[in-house]
Amino acid sequence: MRPTYGTVSRYGVVAFASSLDQVGPVARTVRDCAFLYSVISGKDPCDSTTVDVPPVELPDGIDLKGVRIGVPKEMNETEGIEPGVAAAVQAALAKAEELGAELGECSLPRSVEYGMPCYYLVAPAEASSNLARYDGVRYGLRVEGRDRLEMYEKTRDAGFGDEPKRRIMLGTYALSAGYYEAYYGQAQKVRTLIKREHDEVFERFDLIASPTSPTVAFALGAKTADPIAMYLSDVLTIPSCMAGLPGLNVPCGLSEGLPVGLQLIGPQRSENVLFRVGHALEQSLGFDPVPERLR
Amino acid sequence: MAEWEAVVGLEVHVHLKTRTKMFCRCALEYGAHENTRTCPVCLAFPGALPVPNAKAIEHTIKLGLALECEIAEHAVFARKNYFYPDLPKGYQISQYEKPLCGRGRFLLPTAGGDEEIGIERAHLEEDAAKTVHAGGETGRTIGAEYSLVDFNRGGTPLLEIVSRPDIRSADQALRYLRLLRQTIVELGISDAEMEKGTMRADVNVSVRERGENGFRPRWELKNMNSFTFIGRGIEAAVRQQVAAYEAGKTLEQSTYDYDPDLDRLTVHRSKEEADDYRYFPEPDLVPVDPPRELVERLRGELPKLPAARIRRIAKELSVAAADELVSTGNDHKAQLLAERGVDWQTAANVAMNEPDFLDANAAAIAAIVKARDTLTREAYDGAFAAARSVSIDAAEYLAQIAVSDTGELDPVIESILAANPQQVETYRGGKEGVLGFFVGQVMKETGGKADPKVVNELLREKLKA
Ligand SMILES: [Zn+2]
Repeated sequence: MRPTYGTVSRYGVVAFASSLDQVGPVARTVRDCAFLYSVISGKDPCDSTTVDVPPVELPDGIDLKGVRIGVPKEMNETEGIEPGVAAAVQAALAKAEELGAELGECSLPRSVEYGMPCYYLVAPAEASSNLARYDGVRYGLRVEGRDRLEMYEKTRDAGFGDEPKRRIMLGTYALSAGYYEAYYGQAQKVRTLIKREHDEVFERFDLIASPTSPTVAFALGAKTADPIAMYLSDVLTIPSCMAGLPGLNVPCGLSEGLPVGLQLIGPQRSENVLFRVGHALEQSLGFDPVPERLR
Repeated sequence: MAEWEAVVGLEVHVHLKTRTKMFCRCALEYGAHENTRTCPVCLAFPGALPVPNAKAIEHTIKLGLALECEIAEHAVFARKNYFYPDLPKGYQISQYEKPLCGRGRFLLPTAGGDEEIGIERAHLEEDAAKTVHAGGETGRTIGAEYSLVDFNRGGTPLLEIVSRPDIRSADQALRYLRLLRQTIVELGISDAEMEKGTMRADVNVSVRERGENGFRPRWELKNMNSFTFIGRGIEAAVRQQVAAYEAGKTLEQSTYDYDPDLDRLTVHRSKEEADDYRYFPEPDLVPVDPPRELVERLRGELPKLPAARIRRIAKELSVAAADELVSTGNDHKAQLLAERGVDWQTAANVAMNEPDFLDANAAAIAAIVKARDTLTREAYDGAFAAARSVSIDAAEYLAQIAVSDTGELDPVIESILAANPQQVETYRGGKEGVLGFFVGQVMKETGGKADPKVVNELLREKLKA
């Protein structure tokens, strides 16, 4: 799960994009996830962006009476979503309704359209600044050179992979004099807009649901040559990340033999609701985490 | 020929007096062994995060209130990105678009009324570490064999006060700096000592013809750490710029160094090489929204400020004398003596020139100062020597009356004159300065107990003959 931004301390975590970085539990069951979250969450005097959290309620039972689930059409009907993925998510939502939840359609048009471009300005910009410290002087890798400058250059060249280098360049550019307003500044404004759009949806719904990713896992290295195609795998998780909202991924079925993730997103600090719904579906859907070929 | 005027703006940096650094809990200690006051935060280890120092924020607000600044309701820390060995994160946490203190003003009392220097902003940031260039022949960057970095200073809270370009002369710049320094010291927020590096200034200078609107390109003198050189640097900049314009040249914005040996500015780097700091809001920190109650409490804690005291004392002395008294922090002593019947002129002289004394000794010192013409030098100096640290009894010193009895002094003087016929000739030849020599001899002979005023009179009379 990805908790609400600021509910888990980032102290000790290597920073990539500070305003987006979040530490989240990964566990075999939703209940374990909730339990781990209850331990790691809360205000930390060493991270001034952290906040207090309401007491964590360990989920129990499968009754979803009174829970209102919004289904954003842009995140469930967009082309690019694999038919098998869409089918598994629809089945999971039907199960939720059976357990007493009320389903309703909603819309997050701007969040889905602008979330991704916005992310690819904010994240690289912050990364370009956060990664400046890996210069080979005080810790980590050092590749010697004729002088100080050459040592920095060689160290960074050897230490950073292609993707970090790409993001450092992009981010440095986005923050440069004359481009800040058009890029980073604009992205921050769009972020506020995305937050507001989500807030409006949460006036009518307790949480929203969609696939976690448009496709199931692709083969290792299959999209390395086409970064844009790879970035698109994140199109459904990024809008809520930009808004600092919590998201829980629960496996809900298979598509072409590979697991499909159901994503549940709630308003800030609504982790207890996500755990409750995630647990109920997990118990009712009977998803077997052991791959078919190994059973 | 055109009449030129200087246009000067100052950026003053002072280290804030706090127990710990700006964003970590390392102790601030001058003179501690190198790199022993460091931690993962101020060494920029991966995963370390800054936590702002609340005291430093209070100090900044206090200064802002003293300079009549608008105190922000929502201030934001920003990253200033640049890469240098003394900056381990690769960025300095500073404030950019939303500083803690906005527009304000600082008044310099003068004989012709107050001069107003606008304040553009005052913001809080962290200082860089200290680089020491070692080896090589010059001990400077160029030619050094290697550089050492002391991170003890890295992360020290630094307050930057930016003036508007309202200053019109080197003299005014120095008066601004001295009074601002005194204000900072009295607020208790910094020692602001240039010699110790806890205060430094960037000076921006341009010139324009009197009556001209707008500003011409400015020269920036960075990291100036002496009042004398700031004054001379401004004068040199004005001289060189006026000479250039009068020779028909155009100038561009550049950073300069002041060379005290040549009394000239030499170009450090031009604008084309200027850094692009890529400022953006610091995502590791939440904005600072100072509560109104805090601001009002700090306003209530403000002491009576130097400028106000200069205006009051100027009613007794000249503005320049009052300014000097206050800017050196000596007006409190003068005030104590004046309140106890010492005339202001004498009180000011004593405060400026004699050793400090305990407030509790003010009445005794006032009595001794008033009687100083009749006291022995020994008694007078002895009283000040003691009054600095222990409570004194005036009567003990007032009893040591100087010898003013001519019957007692006459024979002493006669024998001294007789023993120094050559100096007597010199005096009578018109060099009256030699009188001091005779006074000294008499004081020596009487063990400092003679009344110098009477000795002077007697000597003049006898030498006339
Ligand atoms: Zn530290």
